[in-house]
Amino acid sequence: MNQPSYSQLTVNGLWKNNPALVQLLGLCPLLAVTASTVNALGLAAATLFVLMVSNTAVSLIRNVVSDTIRLPVFVMIIAAAVTITELLMQAYSYELYQILGIFLPLITTNCIILGRADAFARKNPLPAAIYDGFIMGMGFGLVLVLLGGIRELLGTGALFADMQLLFGSDAAQWRWEIFSVDYPFLVAILPPGAFLVTGCLIALKNQIDLSLQRRTRAGTGLESVGSKRVRVTGSVSEASSG
Amino acid sequence: MKWLASIGLGGLVLAFFAAITSLAIGWTYLSTQSQIELAERRAEARQLMEIFPEDTHDNELVDDTFILEAETSLLGLRQERQGYRVRQAERVVGVILPATARDGYSGDIRTLVGVRSDGSVAGVRVVAHKETPGLGDKVDLRKSPWILGFNDRSLDNPALSQWSVSKDGGAFDQFTGATVTPRAVILATRRALEYAELNRATLFETPADHP
Repeated sequence: MNQPSYSQLTVNGLWKNNPALVQLLGLCPLLAVTASTVNALGLAAATLFVLMVSNTAVSLIRNVVSDTIRLPVFVMIIAAAVTITELLMQAYSYELYQILGIFLPLITTNCIILGRADAFARKNPLPAAIYDGFIMGMGFGLVLVLLGGIRELLGTGALFADMQLLFGSDAAQWRWEIFSVDYPFLVAILPPGAFLVTGCLIALKNQIDLSLQRRTRAGTGLESVGSKRVRVTGSVSEASSG
Repeated sequence: MKWLASIGLGGLVLAFFAAITSLAIGWTYLSTQSQIELAERRAEARQLMEIFPEDTHDNELVDDTFILEAETSLLGLRQERQGYRVRQAERVVGVILPATARDGYSGDIRTLVGVRSDGSVAGVRVVAHKETPGLGDKVDLRKSPWILGFNDRSLDNPALSQWSVSKDGGAFDQFTGATVTPRAVILATRRALEYAELNRATLFETPADHP
């Protein structure tokens, strides 16, 4: 397999192969905890950390573990990384730990992490694997925070409430009231809002891709090539397990 | 017998990784344990301190507890929980009682009710609930100051029959779009006050042997 360059990795993680918007991995926590920016940020940080730790470990052992037992080994590594993250969060950010609740241990079952371990980290040297973990985590995290922000804004009319849970008591003042209404757009905070906003974000991304494509291919009349999968909203260039 | 050897090797590698990951978790657990206990205590203390601020007492609330059995009449507890004594110069000046409203809009609403020795409310806080965001969750102080309306109330202020939402002819406001949640919290608070009144002797006694 060719070594992908760092700029390719960056484009893949943040846009072309974005774990949340294109691969649609990790939807369960994505939809459940994005009712506010602070929750989204907390889960994004936890996922990023776990992803980097697991990619590092998997890349280090890639020549030691045979193909037949690689999956159980990966799962053990991921579960350990998640448990450690959970303990650390409980110790140093207790309130956020309480808010994220069950979604913290559920990171173990987030397909992004096993997907990146199996599709990338086990075939690539350490620096590339760490960078891939970082940039995929960022791609997932950015979507989480964007979703959280949009839903919080629509549902409460304010942004960045309760930031003190993450950044200490000084951040309590960060709440930024943008508009004030008697009846906020409640559905944005409720679970259906998560689906609606995610859907809109995916549509927006596809629209941008489409117009970019039109601009570059204007006149050539080429159809886009690449495999389409049912659970995937764009062309996936690199196989990953869901 | 090559396959047997490969199973054996695979098993060994798996066991090795199981040992390594267990060690990593165990080590993290041991090194964060004391910090976690501290964080839990601090979170608990902060909650209690909101009801009885620092200057109203001189004891460590988190340490001065008593057990309330599950199904204690009037408190609605599903399981055993702790109550807290508030002391000023050895005298019990108040208690913090856990209460559970079982008639919330979606599930139980768990509260802490601070009762002063004269029977008035020092403060009520909702500690756990699953009420509708934006409507019923206004019982949470982070969303709305409604819950502060209980401060300094007692069983004869307003009269017992007035302990309800204004829709039912009571003295407390409901929220637009949510009546069930505030009604549940009001009634749970009233029952907690009644419990404190009935058990006044045991709750507010000052044990002579207390250091």
